[in-house]
Amino acid sequence: MRDFSIQRLVISLAIAAVVMLLLPLGMNTFVLTPLLIYGLLGMSLGLIWGFGGILCFGQAAFFGLGAYVYAISAINIGESTFPMLLAILIPAVFAAILGAMMFYGRLGDVYLGVITLVVTLIFFKFMNSTAGPEYVIGTARLGGFNGIPGFQTLNVPGMADEYIYGDSLYYVTFVILVLVYWLVNGLLQSPFGRIAIAIRENEQRASLMGYDIRARKTTLFAIGGAIAGLAGALYANWAEIVTPGLFSLGQTAEIIIWCIVGGLGTRLGPILGAAGLGYLKFLLGQQAFLDNAIVMGLILVLFVLFLPKGLIPAIEDIWSLSVGKRRRRRPARRRKRRALSNG
Amino acid sequence: MAETVLETMGLTMRFGGVTACDAVNFKLKARELRCLIGPNGAGKSTFFKCLTGLLRPTSGHVLMQGEETTDWQTHEIASLGVGIKTQVPSVLDGVSVRENIWLAARRFFPTKEANDKAADIIDRLSLNDIAKSEVGRLAHGERQRVELGIVAAGDPWLVLLDEPAAGMTSEDVERMIGIIHEMARRAAVIIVEHDMQFIRSVATTVTVFHQGAILMEDHVEKVMADETVRNVYLGKKA
Amino acid sequence: MDLAAVIVVETVYIIASLVLISAGLAIVFGMMKVINLAHGEFMMMGGYATITAVHLGVNIYVAMLVIAPLVVGLIGLVVERLVIRYLYGRLVDTMLATWGLSLFFVGGVTMIFGNTTTGISTPIAGVSVGDYQINGYNFFIIIVAALLVLAIWLVLKGTRIGLIARGTMQRADMADALGYSPDRIYMATFFAGSAISGLAGAVLAPLVGLVPSSGGNYIAKAFITVIAGGPSVIAGLLSSSTIFGVVNQFFTFAISPVFGEVALLVAAVILLRLLPQGITSRFFRGKM
Repeated sequence: MRDFSIQRLVISLAIAAVVMLLLPLGMNTFVLTPLLIYGLLGMSLGLIWGFGGILCFGQAAFFGLGAYVYAISAINIGESTFPMLLAILIPAVFAAILGAMMFYGRLGDVYLGVITLVVTLIFFKFMNSTAGPEYVIGTARLGGFNGIPGFQTLNVPGMADEYIYGDSLYYVTFVILVLVYWLVNGLLQSPFGRIAIAIRENEQRASLMGYDIRARKTTLFAIGGAIAGLAGALYANWAEIVTPGLFSLGQTAEIIIWCIVGGLGTRLGPILGAAGLGYLKFLLGQQAFLDNAIVMGLILVLFVLFLPKGLIPAIEDIWSLSVGKRRRRRPARRRKRRALSNG
Repeated sequence: MAETVLETMGLTMRFGGVTACDAVNFKLKARELRCLIGPNGAGKSTFFKCLTGLLRPTSGHVLMQGEETTDWQTHEIASLGVGIKTQVPSVLDGVSVRENIWLAARRFFPTKEANDKAADIIDRLSLNDIAKSEVGRLAHGERQRVELGIVAAGDPWLVLLDEPAAGMTSEDVERMIGIIHEMARRAAVIIVEHDMQFIRSVATTVTVFHQGAILMEDHVEKVMADETVRNVYLGKKA
Repeated sequence: MDLAAVIVVETVYIIASLVLISAGLAIVFGMMKVINLAHGEFMMMGGYATITAVHLGVNIYVAMLVIAPLVVGLIGLVVERLVIRYLYGRLVDTMLATWGLSLFFVGGVTMIFGNTTTGISTPIAGVSVGDYQINGYNFFIIIVAALLVLAIWLVLKGTRIGLIARGTMQRADMADALGYSPDRIYMATFFAGSAISGLAGAVLAPLVGLVPSSGGNYIAKAFITVIAGGPSVIAGLLSSSTIFGVVNQFFTFAISPVFGEVALLVAAVILLRLLPQGITSRFFRGKM
């Protein structure tokens, strides 16, 4: 058993390394890096929604917050190491506070969606209105609609002049993505992750077992916030500017679409969905005929109607059908309905 | 005489103008097996929900092992070592039987011991054939049994079962009675039930609820023979 | 004194516009338990329909009060038939699907009209109150909102259709057994809700510069007003519009318009935390 899992780890690492080295042969790393960052962001929502059952319509809030925290602290501090840590920590703390407020209030799914969406919009509206010179944090002006440009970008820790950009930023991002994926995987296999899944399956049963679902959901939500914040900081480094658009409705919708398309409740689905649709968006940006929003909207509608489980589970189903093996996973919907009729 | 492990004093629950539980005083001793019966609307399920923290009583007190648990959350009460089974089977449909029972055991034991505990429960409740199946795919009787496994997994000292026999075949019920008797060797057990057949076969002390209050408390045979209880069940004025 | 009058009118106007913004969504959510996240885009399309009609030479009032509701109502009808009807009872899925539709409409309108601001001027002149100037169009908004609420109330309370609709929403199976097709009633309700959204978008269009993404400005407000209102359609709509309108106005005058908006959203978050089932779950219970 142990040997088997170590063997698997080695194989997956080898595959990851090969993919990391092969991808730049076919594509510019400047295009690739944001796809990896989207993957990270998709994973953050995939974790809390797919495994924790937390319907969050405002993952962009943590993403944008991470980006802004990085930009503001990088301007004030200069060296990038501490700003990177802050960009993980502050969104996590913010998510913990927001989550505690929602989960200790026992809000239902829809209200969770509403509140997280509204919080995102508050950020969006507020950041858009900070053009005036009075909106300054330390030496960083928030800049309103135009955002914050010209901050210190990622450098080798301790060496403020050794910038990590271009190809190196791609490799660093890839390693971070693999590392976070590995951590999330470990989390899901740990008791904490298994209990999170129990809470997703049946909150009442989980609390009858003696688990404090409010505290556990809050913790998971904070972890999701931390990963989204990290993605935001990396994005700031890639774009070299942060703007209120990071908090926009479109941004937060896209994260949800990635998860739905890739497959909720799967580990790779949201990452692949994010990278795939991110690339599609890039291709759509190359032409002027079709608008990006129309395609993304259509994809979301079609998936909800015809493939609500997403691509990865569908491919698994086809695979297992052709191999003739029985799959164990069931659509989440049936369970949901039963839970509702119980209530 | 064994110590009192569960006690309620003046437990009252009102919904608007309706008093579902009216100043109920109730005592349960360690390793006692007790059935709560009563016609529909007698208040036994409300009483049960007040014990488990699913409802907050309007007034009165609940004490478990001498500790006041009146306004505690469900998970806090469960964490004391109270195993609870609700009326509608409440299980984790999307994961396996083993995972269900392991998760329940993990609350009280570290991972390794929880593994052993889960294996032990699966053996005891003869769930081996379906241990790897997803609970959502099982038949009603099997799901009820899985839920009993979840309840037993934490080695509770108090077990609260709300209508465990509802909707089960007689074969399943017999098996269930065996499990309950086994549980009762280690824990105090309260069963809310209105199936007289079932209560007769468990054969124990019975508390009769009527109009939110305790009507009488005695051995099952005496209760069955009682005129007032018969009238209550037939809907006559007591 | 003059300032007080102006503040009162402005506050009533903000409340009225919140009512307008939310009415269509409130009907669809209150009656069908469907949260239409494309609601903002329905309003945006109502605005575009008006502007297009006016440019074609139609009288502005006809364009706002007749053409826009019809156009958007028909779009809503198509949406209901093609998408929504397959998702009844699946609240989260309808939210996701209508979010997809929202993006789709933003994209579609961008392709047709371009990503530039369009607008028409208000057809009513300003009114002077002492030293202050009130936009005369604000009175029009207030009147339209009042008439709309009255009309909804009359239809629900006074007509056979309203009775059947309310019955279906409570027990669809019963209505079905009595010979009323829930399918048709849902369809009609969604049409009505969409038409009202179109009307609201049209009436508000002269006040804003319209862009394809304008819907985003409406959806959050509409969303929170309806959710905070709770189960009763009309009482909920009026009570939460009033609370949010007053909060918005207070902070607008005290600090700045942006803070008014932010305060409104913060108030919504706090209100939902305190009354998760909405205002009318605790107050005005049993009202319509």
